[in-house]
Amino acid sequence: MDQFLTTLVAILNSAISPQTAALAIAAIGLNIHFGYTGLLNFGQAGFMLIGAYAFAISIIGGLPIILAFLIALVAAVIFALILGIPTLKLRGDYLAIVTLSAAEIVRMVGRSSLLTNITGGSNGITGNEYRGPFTDLSFFGDGRVDFGPWNYDATGSNGWWFIATAWFVVALLCLFVWAIMRSPWGRVLRGIREDEDAVRALGKNVYSYKMQALILGGVIGAIAGIVYILPASLQADSMGRSMTYFIFTALLLGGAATVFGPVLGAIVFFALRLLVQGLAGQFVPGTIMNGQQTEQFAWIVIGITLMLVVIFRPQGILGNKKELSFDVK
Amino acid sequence: MIMMAITAVLLLVGLGATPALAATTPTPTPAAACAANATTGCLQGTIKLPSGDPAVGIKLEIKGGDLDTVATTGSDGKWSQAITVAGPYTINLDTSSIPDGAVLDSAAKNPATVNGALNKNVGFVFKIVGGTTADDGTTTQTPTTDAGTGVSFERFLQQLVSGIRLGLLLALAAVGLSLIFGTTGLSNFAHGEQVTLGGLLAYLFANVLGLNLILAAVISVVICAATGYFQDAAIWKPLRRRGLGTTQLMIVTIGLSIALQYAFQYFLGASTVRIDMANPVTVQLGPVALSQQSLVSMGIAIVVIALVGFVLVKTRIGRATRAVSDNPSLAAASGIDVDRIIRLVWTSATALAGLSGVLLGLVLNGVNWQTGLQLLLLMFAAITLGGLGTAFGALAGAMIIGLVVELTNLVLPGDFKYATALVILILVLLVRPQGIFGRRERIG
Repeated sequence: MDQFLTTLVAILNSAISPQTAALAIAAIGLNIHFGYTGLLNFGQAGFMLIGAYAFAISIIGGLPIILAFLIALVAAVIFALILGIPTLKLRGDYLAIVTLSAAEIVRMVGRSSLLTNITGGSNGITGNEYRGPFTDLSFFGDGRVDFGPWNYDATGSNGWWFIATAWFVVALLCLFVWAIMRSPWGRVLRGIREDEDAVRALGKNVYSYKMQALILGGVIGAIAGIVYILPASLQADSMGRSMTYFIFTALLLGGAATVFGPVLGAIVFFALRLLVQGLAGQFVPGTIMNGQQTEQFAWIVIGITLMLVVIFRPQGILGNKKELSFDVK
Repeated sequence: MIMMAITAVLLLVGLGATPALAATTPTPTPAAACAANATTGCLQGTIKLPSGDPAVGIKLEIKGGDLDTVATTGSDGKWSQAITVAGPYTINLDTSSIPDGAVLDSAAKNPATVNGALNKNVGFVFKIVGGTTADDGTTTQTPTTDAGTGVSFERFLQQLVSGIRLGLLLALAAVGLSLIFGTTGLSNFAHGEQVTLGGLLAYLFANVLGLNLILAAVISVVICAATGYFQDAAIWKPLRRRGLGTTQLMIVTIGLSIALQYAFQYFLGASTVRIDMANPVTVQLGPVALSQQSLVSMGIAIVVIALVGFVLVKTRIGRATRAVSDNPSLAAASGIDVDRIIRLVWTSATALAGLSGVLLGLVLNGVNWQTGLQLLLLMFAAITLGGLGTAFGALAGAMIIGLVVELTNLVLPGDFKYATALVILILVLLVRPQGIFGRRERIG
């Protein structure tokens, strides 16, 4: 029973953690690419990493936080242009391979020992080197605060200030996506997803719209990167290919092409993982599955879940089957 | 249990066979492994001597949370410390515990700060390099031999041969990936795991069960072929019947890739295992030094690739495969059993990937759960470069990528060698998106 309570607490903690919010934000960005426009971006973690590095390095260089934030967004725009120019005219799977490769290049350069002075190499940058200006913005005061089952510092790096800002950003972005996808611009994007040629026949510049979508989703990915590193540390390897895969899993679990799908998906993703791990830890004897193995078992379940969701319920938990056309041209 | 017993025996034998190590160092017990769960996190790392042997008895002061303790590396060079409070921890390596003739790398942060988290393993690396510590505490570091990026003709030749070696082994795996793409339109993101599987199976049979190396390799390849056969029967054919689009199928392969990677870790852990425990014998060919395993592996790869090429060009079944690759509906209309060809392609592709894994494991002297993962993007770069879906394009692309990766080492530090291959991929798409052998209409 104790074990079960511990698992429950761990799930509740992870449900509201800034990391979950960051995954949700990254999935919201990916949703603009994949869910609404039909672009196969397999480099969302690269956008996160670009945003995170730009933000952290700018702050360490002494720039004010607003400027650092803007630099991160501009960096994501440039990265999107580099990816989009050669590939958006080609068939969908080229974009997939290129984005995946580009994200890997960013990660490899970031963790290279040549750049240890700037990026910290494979050790990365510790949070307290760039967290200060954000913590200083807090108006939450000091001490510990109880809220429902959760008890956290008001402002500490694990605290309410970080949690509240992260989820505020999630809410803001959900509202934004809801609004733009109802606009004529959003309708063009969905049109491109359904039938690119038809949209082209209407006189729209499909290439330009795709590029705009790639940039917008990428910028949101960069914001996710910043939210992800603020309460933790910046390590290139924590935003590698697996991260992109997890963002896809979260998005497809919740439901692509829906406003709340990415958010729900991110929470379910973490909850499912901890639940499986907790249950395996409690009910499977240690001789069959040790502590390390319960963690790996949970990841195996995540992988299989992704396969089953895509096969049997491609629209996810919230999605509408008619709305989602999976086939990217 | 039996496997654990065998590994334990092997470990003991291994320890007994190195009396020099046991004699010079006190023999602390291996650090108790720490298992992360919801209430505990682990800080851990492995420290190695410049010679590559584990550094035993290195002391690390760990402070932070409610801890103020000293962790010591065990006989395997590993240290770990369980924590119950998340937050920053400082790790201070006691430099006086480093054996003579070695010092802490001057680039290392000591003391270092790491962020411990519950339910997570946080690794931290201290690098020890050759050098001496003078009495006044200053350290002199011996420059490592391969640190330079200087270009000499000998180094060029050595890297050229390494490049050909990587290209050949990459080609084995890439041809299959390309054929699967050609016949089914599927970008198989789990193809890297098929490579890993080959290497790990060879480890299992040759090392753990002690079979003859060649026998072990053959059994591994046969099992890999069987995984391809059953994969198509159980997953891909039913999904094709259901009419799943290629994008959907591609994401299914990503799920499969995640599941397989962690399954490998589940059974074999995250460490690198060796297929052949004997020390590699080096053969000197003029200025180029190659291990025997490398030479034999290159030979096998050339023979197998030539065989695949022959089958594709000269036999009925090969012509049918190329026909399906070019245009599945036209091939079906002309009486070719497309499903049978696809089943065959899956079987041979996974067999080739498995062989590639076995040979890579021998050449690189080790294989772990992400060996194939690291190769996957190189494979994609190779087949894109050669022209998606063409088998000979994959071969040419793989050779080019192999050479580029190894020759990059001449001018750039090793961290960048894979990155350059991917930069080339992006440049190719800019200039000639259909690749070397691809045709214009494939661009879409």
